[in-house]
Amino acid sequence: MSAEDTPKDYSESPINLEYFYTAGSATTRFLNQVKEGNIVGQGCPKCKAVYVPPRGSCPRCGVATDIEVPLTDKGCIESFTVVHIPIPGNPIVPPYVCAMIRLDGANISFLHLIQDVEIENIRIGMRIQAVWKPKEEWTHSLENIKWFAPIDEPDVDVATLRFEES
Amino acid sequence: MKRVAIVGYAQHPILKNAGALNEVELIMPVVHQLFNDLGISQQDIDFTCSGSCDYLQGAAFAFVEGLSAIQTNPPIKESHVEMDAAWAMYESMLKIQMGDAETALIYGFGKSSPGDLDAIISLQMDPYYISPLWPDRVSLAALQARVLLDQNVITSEQMLASVIEARANSKNNKNALITDLIDESVYLKNAMVSSPLNKLDCPPISDGSSAMIIASEEKAYEFTDHPIWIEGIDHRIESSNLGSRNLATSNTLQASMNQLNLKNIKFDVAELHTQFSHELPFLKSLLNLQDVPTNLSGGPLVGNVMMCAGLDAIGKTYESLKDNQFTHGLAHATSGPCLQHNMLVHLEAQK
Repeated sequence: MSAEDTPKDYSESPINLEYFYTAGSATTRFLNQVKEGNIVGQGCPKCKAVYVPPRGSCPRCGVATDIEVPLTDKGCIESFTVVHIPIPGNPIVPPYVCAMIRLDGANISFLHLIQDVEIENIRIGMRIQAVWKPKEEWTHSLENIKWFAPIDEPDVDVATLRFEES
Repeated sequence: MKRVAIVGYAQHPILKNAGALNEVELIMPVVHQLFNDLGISQQDIDFTCSGSCDYLQGAAFAFVEGLSAIQTNPPIKESHVEMDAAWAMYESMLKIQMGDAETALIYGFGKSSPGDLDAIISLQMDPYYISPLWPDRVSLAALQARVLLDQNVITSEQMLASVIEARANSKNNKNALITDLIDESVYLKNAMVSSPLNKLDCPPISDGSSAMIIASEEKAYEFTDHPIWIEGIDHRIESSNLGSRNLATSNTLQASMNQLNLKNIKFDVAELHTQFSHELPFLKSLLNLQDVPTNLSGGPLVGNVMMCAGLDAIGKTYESLKDNQFTHGLAHATSGPCLQHNMLVHLEAQK
């Protein structure tokens, strides 16, 4: 087979694009608070749902979430998974637990780590609280929270957390 | 064909750099303005369609996030085109023709400021032969400008006139980004970007959003006393292989003109999606618009929001017909390099 006849399965054309990513004005307000160790959700003026982290709009109502809602760093586990496979670039050694965290007073959950507990003892509805990095390491990131750890409070029935429109 | 009308249009002020405002925060004000102007809500909309480009945001499925600007509860019927929102309008038109909807909300959004638009536009080209060469958008446009000048289809004086007129017309457009007037001496002092195009022959990097509502005849009068009818709409595309196209003319635009039977219509106004100065005299000549006031909004040379500017041409034509004693308007939207893909929309005000 001559060189011209050799099938070419693929060709490489690398693409590298750079962007100045902007979080948006609502997320900026949220991250400025996170840098100070505060978690401030945003509420919908129509349906009153509280979003954390906020994206700037209520996707149910299509309006800006312009009500600032200070929250605590306590909540419960809405769901979780045990990660057994190492992910390239991720410094955390498996097995570890990723959970959907529902903070008290919020109507959506976000992803974070659960530690300081035996994996087999983790369950849906378990009460947890943020474990923060030392203050001098705080930046504009949810990484200011190292992970969430269980606290000694009775479990929550997560079915009761379902958002009911008022 | 079912008669369909434009009943409303809103445009965000065009910004050089929207800064911290993200796409959702750009879309919400125009959609809310439109609803408030018409006294309606998302519940009055049967079909919602958006136009945007994920490459502008640099995030996969970024257009889905755009939906957070729209009320989606109760659930809505929606779609998206990875194109200028003029084509979202076309899809909405089809939805109404098929009887699936009586009303449609269309919105487009784009921020060109966060990325390198030249590099991003390169990626729309053929991925094997052209994109790896990273041709930038100005150089591609310059190829056509050079052909048009060389074949005496247009003159460099016409290009200069396009730039001066666009800026003079920006006074009609409260949302224009570029409003300062220039004269020939200023124009000639500007350095070439890609010969024969200098900086002023090219549109400004722009951020913004626009929204429009269209409705069937039965619904249009519920929304407004002054609907503007979409009498004709047609879009056609040419080869993605630049070398196989005749850049000195546009067979597809001529086919669209025939399809819409435009030759006997006396247009009062036209808005063309002409992003570069040479495209205006070229299209005016092709479309027989020599004596028709064109781009009274200033057009893309005074503000060119990617994925919106085509919808804006339709929206500005709509506004012209609504606000003046005009009867016939022609709008043009384009996509791809060197006017590869073109849409013509014939709008008519009822007398």
